Amino acid sequence: MHEYSIALALMERINAEASARGAIAVHRVRVRIGGLSGIEPELLRSAFEIVRERTICWTADLEIDEIPAAWACSACSQPIAPGGVLRCPACGEPAHLSAGDEIVLDRLEMEVP
Amino acid sequence: MCETCGCADPHTVPVELYDRILSVNETQAAHNREHFRGQGILAINLMGSPGSGKTAILEATARALAGRWPVAAIAGDLETERDAERLRAAGIPARAITTGNACHLDAAMVHHALHHDSLRHARVLFVENVGNLVCPAVYDLGQAFNAVALAVTEGEDKPLKYPVMFRKADVVLVTKVDLLPYLDFRLDVLTEALQQVMPRPVVFPVSARSGEGLDRWYRWIEERQRDLPAPATAPVPHRHGA
Repeated sequence: MHEYSIALALMERINAEASARGAIAVHRVRVRIGGLSGIEPELLRSAFEIVRERTICWTADLEIDEIPAAWACSACSQPIAPGGVLRCPACGEPAHLSAGDEIVLDRLEMEVP
Repeated sequence: MCETCGCADPHTVPVELYDRILSVNETQAAHNREHFRGQGILAINLMGSPGSGKTAILEATARALAGRWPVAAIAGDLETERDAERLRAAGIPARAITTGNACHLDAAMVHHALHHDSLRHARVLFVENVGNLVCPAVYDLGQAFNAVALAVTEGEDKPLKYPVMFRKADVVLVTKVDLLPYLDFRLDVLTEALQQVMPRPVVFPVSARSGEGLDRWYRWIEERQRDLPAPATAPVPHRHGA
């Protein structure tokens, strides 16, 4: 379960940010997880609950924005529906993933004395 | 008053970050990539389920490329040095990374192995990842290409079940094709599935046992190696972060 190591990386990033700003608590953590990122949001949530114990995040809410995968033509940018061949019906070029591989920490709400 | 939620707490501060959570691994992977480029090493991350035949393909590849390109390998497993031993017996330097309970290799583990003397002279370096069709796809190691081994015994629908892995693949090795006469596996069905998850599917049906199809794989490797920029005559100095 690699979500545990993602949660640890997330905690490290939060700790660095919190200590740089002298925060005494983190109230809210918002992350963005893509549908083709390889991260299962519910597993990330459970992992976060384990790793946040006895940290500055112990009462923090984890908000997860799930971003559906979206494909587009690499030449003409026309959206390409998932579930079919990943090639542009108009110009025949291969698709590229235009959204859905995000593993991003977007926002923190911290309490600063 | 707090501008975010309207609470009366004057000390709650929102911070917008938009930071990639795996940025530490990505920085390390970029460092590995710089290392490979500087030394003219083609690094290929070979992934696939346990038992998909990754080590057998590398044994055959090691023997076939012997004398043409210096080949080396890093083999990741939860426990044991067995794969690295098999690859050394096939004639190439190989280092084992035992990950304990970790289900994937990360860029720092590969970096640690890279500085071993026996791997310095490689021109083709295979990183045989931990057998797993999920987690290894998430971690960049600094490789130039991803290869995914899928055995015909695993079924044609694996790409649809594990799209994250196959999306990241530059080449798919359909292994153990010598077993096809005994199975209902259909290559055309697999190709159709791959086209739904890989924009540019490159598929080589191969058998390490009979040698079938491996020439195309070897040619693919050699073309990728030739396309690399010429290596520096002296090792390129590169910084090592804390």
